[in-house]
Amino acid sequence: MKPRTLFEKVWDRHVIDQEKGKPAILYIDLHLIHEVTSPQAFEGLRLNGRKVRRPDLTVATMDHNVPTANRNLPVTDGTSAKQMDTLAQNCRDFGIRLYDLHDPGQGIVHVIGPELGLTLPGKTIVCGDSHTSTHGAFGSLAFGIGTSEVEHVLATQCLQQLKPDTMEVHVKGSLPPGVTAKDVILALIAKIGTDGATGTVIEYTGEAIRNMSMEERMTVCNMSIEAGARAGMVAPDETTFRYLEGRPFAPKGEAFERAKEDWLELRTDEGAVYDRRVELDASQIAPQVTWGTSPGMGTAVTGRVPDPESFPTETEKKSAKRALEYMGLTPGTPMTEIPLDRVFIGSCTNARLEDLRAAARVVKGRKVNPRVRAMVVPGSQQVKRQAENEGLDRVFLDAGFEWRESGCSMCLAMNDDTLKEGERCASTSNRNFEGRQGRGGRTHLVSPMMAAAAAIEGHFVDLRNWNPED
Amino acid sequence: MEAFTKHTGKVVPLDRANVDTDQIIPKQFLKRVERTGFGQYLFYNWRFDMNGNPDPEFELNREEYAGGTILLTRTNFGCGSSREHAPWALLDFGFRVVIAPTFADIFYNNCFKNGILPIRLPEKTVDTLFQRIETKETRTLTVDLEETRISDGNGFTTDFEVEPYRRYCLLNGLDDIAITLQKEEQIHSYEENIPQYYRIEKEQGV
Ligand code: SF4
Repeated sequence: MKPRTLFEKVWDRHVIDQEKGKPAILYIDLHLIHEVTSPQAFEGLRLNGRKVRRPDLTVATMDHNVPTANRNLPVTDGTSAKQMDTLAQNCRDFGIRLYDLHDPGQGIVHVIGPELGLTLPGKTIVCGDSHTSTHGAFGSLAFGIGTSEVEHVLATQCLQQLKPDTMEVHVKGSLPPGVTAKDVILALIAKIGTDGATGTVIEYTGEAIRNMSMEERMTVCNMSIEAGARAGMVAPDETTFRYLEGRPFAPKGEAFERAKEDWLELRTDEGAVYDRRVELDASQIAPQVTWGTSPGMGTAVTGRVPDPESFPTETEKKSAKRALEYMGLTPGTPMTEIPLDRVFIGSCTNARLEDLRAAARVVKGRKVNPRVRAMVVPGSQQVKRQAENEGLDRVFLDAGFEWRESGCSMCLAMNDDTLKEGERCASTSNRNFEGRQGRGGRTHLVSPMMAAAAAIEGHFVDLRNWNPED
Repeated sequence: MEAFTKHTGKVVPLDRANVDTDQIIPKQFLKRVERTGFGQYLFYNWRFDMNGNPDPEFELNREEYAGGTILLTRTNFGCGSSREHAPWALLDFGFRVVIAPTFADIFYNNCFKNGILPIRLPEKTVDTLFQRIETKETRTLTVDLEETRISDGNGFTTDFEVEPYRRYCLLNGLDDIAITLQKEEQIHSYEENIPQYYRIEKEQGV
């Protein structure tokens, strides 16, 4: 048999029909839904008198709109409340499991899928959300879809898909202390651009990826979409199995052992070819900070704000100029001299337990700079409880951080957590687009440790040689 | 979905690269539970200032481009969030065609589901079009999906490529859910063989 890549193996297992010149019809093992991109899909089903084919393989949560302040108060924003009520009603009507605002399992969809063990190697997983790529960290094929496709999956449990190309991102060597998975993915995007992987599914390989925990792999896969990729994948291994064993929806006992054997086949065969290939050297990566309004506009923390004239093409020059205007930055400014107003530790990229632990280690015994307002928004209720059991909430609160309820929060600022015009924020989220965190707000993407140190100092620091005064 | 065969309309140039879906339709407008009514919020933060007054400089507000139905823009259009509200807003505003050197995958796909035709043209051709609009040589374009050809009736003509199946669906305004539902037998037999460990039982979980 012809050697195949990890992606091809998972793809092949799910093609139920492939006519020549047409897209494949792909079976979907898990469909995750949330309040923002699903209402119109259910409306479509009703209009056409269709049912949800597999309510059992559909799981819903509320995350994008939810308030992160006190959960016992009613949701004050009427339109958000309506969207959540609509989801609850749809789930009742169609018999779909829902983790609602008051459920101990609630959280950001890409955080709860893995922690509940719904995300398993070899599955096809879709969600009306581009960061569905996160779940690929387990060797599943997971990608974001639009609302029409949400409706398609609800009605048929299948999708029509043209087969994407493959791209290998090989990260060799090991990461220096102070450099994290977030820095790897930011460095990759800075290198290949926000459309560098368009039309492809990335597989991450190499020693640096193998040595990562599941949470780190999720951070990397999460931002594959920011490089333009449909999905990111990592072949499952012992790290994956250790993470999954004992999770509520993961198979148990003997069934787990059988599954494991099957999952071990999910690796790229010797001699299989990818359509494209990029290599990074982990040992050469420095902590990253973005300076612009696209995730590819980033540099090492030791770098400076670039001069728009230094870019090769007219279009890039223009983009950089516009970005610097929006960001209120002057070319040549060292990244470490940019003063900050806000710090946000949260989002499906970096709000898992390990992220909070890493940030807490930096914060412990120190105080947030008085100029800065800093908040931590755990990715899920479970992450929040675990963190509280470890006393991380105290570490953050004592330092002057706010400690919130779980949700997307200021990653996209659909709830009350927003930047004001002109406010500058170090954020562990994934998008620094204009207005993403609030109209006129300025976002710099960084790792949780970088964000934590920035909160203490009031500006970015190079973690690798940071010696706080106190 | 409305079928798309041939369309003639005014071109609106948007000379920016990497326009993300957060710009096309900012998140504060994603709270509607309907598919309609998004046009008024298209490019909201660029069209209107903080006080809700139109920015006269922004292309969509310029009188010469009023009523435009074809958007001409730069690489990687529609990147970022998967929100289908982006094509809904474009369509509701009146756009039927978007021309760019490249599109982000999810947005590109979402367009076809809504009767919008996204056309990839080589960077050079897009440059030429921007120049011709600047000099007013090109004002309108006719986009013929059957012939896969674009012309401005004033000396500019180019062919474009689109995946044959997508073209076929758009030309006929096909409902692809109905197409997949015809595969009931295959879906059913696939489901019989799904590994036990991928099943999700009622009593499982938390
Ligand atoms: S945390 Fe941000 S990126 Fe992740 S699902 Fe929520 S809004 Fe999307």
